[in-house]
Amino acid sequence: MGVNWPLEIGRAIALTVVMFTFLAVVTAMLGVLLERKIGGWIQSRLGPKHVGPQGLLQTVADTIKLLQKEHITPQAADVVIFNAAPLIVAVAGLMDWLVIPFAPGAIVRDLNIGILFFAAMASMTVIGILAGGFASNNKYALLGGLRSAAQMVSYELPLAVGLIAVAMEAGTLSTVGIVNAQIRNGWYILYQLPAFVIFMIAATAEVNRVPFDLPEAESELVAGYFSEYTGMRFALFQLGEYAEMFAMAALATTLFLGGWSGPILPPVVWFFIKMYAIVFFFMWMRWTYPRLRLDQLLNLSWKLLLPAGLLWILITGYRIAF
Amino acid sequence: MLLVDWLYVGVFVAVGLVMAALPLGIVWLLAPQFPQAQKRLTYESGVVPFGQAWAQFNVRYYLFALVFVIFDVEVIYLYPWAIVFQRLGKFAFVEMLIFLIILLIGLAYAWRKGALEWA
Repeated sequence: MGVNWPLEIGRAIALTVVMFTFLAVVTAMLGVLLERKIGGWIQSRLGPKHVGPQGLLQTVADTIKLLQKEHITPQAADVVIFNAAPLIVAVAGLMDWLVIPFAPGAIVRDLNIGILFFAAMASMTVIGILAGGFASNNKYALLGGLRSAAQMVSYELPLAVGLIAVAMEAGTLSTVGIVNAQIRNGWYILYQLPAFVIFMIAATAEVNRVPFDLPEAESELVAGYFSEYTGMRFALFQLGEYAEMFAMAALATTLFLGGWSGPILPPVVWFFIKMYAIVFFFMWMRWTYPRLRLDQLLNLSWKLLLPAGLLWILITGYRIAF
Repeated sequence: MLLVDWLYVGVFVAVGLVMAALPLGIVWLLAPQFPQAQKRLTYESGVVPFGQAWAQFNVRYYLFALVFVIFDVEVIYLYPWAIVFQRLGKFAFVEMLIFLIILLIGLAYAWRKGALEWA
């Protein structure tokens, strides 16, 4: 079987550029705006409203401002790691989107190990965060980085357990295969509700969002692991974080809510409706719940979610095998 | 086709890095650069920082990382099992039941030994 290498390489480069632009515009810029608007709505205030119609251009203005800000590298920092950390976080956020199917055929690459690849790439973020926290040589940043490492590794196990329950149901790790199986058999949220709940809690913790936002807990740690980052490097951390959050929402859509499937409207519209519903859920939680303590957070993962998840795998296995 | 799949992964990493570095390049062109000693001090709520941040920290972070490594390696084994599960049926279920019970005993042991306690 002949492969047209130049064509494939060109296509891969083009898709990367498109996907990165999509992340920068749709997840980071629009996501921050949505967050502020929803926050304003929940707290009975207006949110951004002066730049552009209804404040729609606020994040565009913010980005332009950030592009003109000076890069300050602290004297005490480890320069190489300090500079590499935002890049690692941003690229890890980008990698997740390689296996997200937007519509039939609209996927960068349907890897046969799709969701395992997603889990691996999602956990790359912790390396960037830990590197940034360590290299800053700042006490707040170090604490934020360490907390983040403890939290993200703890919640990776429940997350993986949620993914495995879906893989058992579908008999494949390919994201396209899972969506097709759901079109045949009905959405997995119907069969896999406990796995969905475990997945959503773990996903919220993985992307460091309230009530699991200890790594950047602004009231105790200034800004956690990115305290020392200025201008565009700070923006890259934000980009990675929002890309990761939207990727988790997109994966939840793909695994539990039938992906692109739905009546009347085109598939890609259905995908975005479901994804934004979950993104809204994340944001709703952020403006509603208080933050957990570190010991509560670790207890929830190790003593509740992990045993419950393993038990759920057994129950699913029993149901399918007998 | 497998090679093409991983070509995409490789290109995603390489071009993604370039795309992420691009705004940093723009900053280098546009933004002012006036490094001063005070500006480059480590931020510590406005006071002059004392000591380094690279000092001793709570060992429990390390303990949790260790427990994680053990369980993560075991969870990895569940992925291939989950795919072939439907084809192998009851045999695979009983086999994984034994594996998961050993896993849960390990968790119970770590719990009992206090490895999962923060305070």
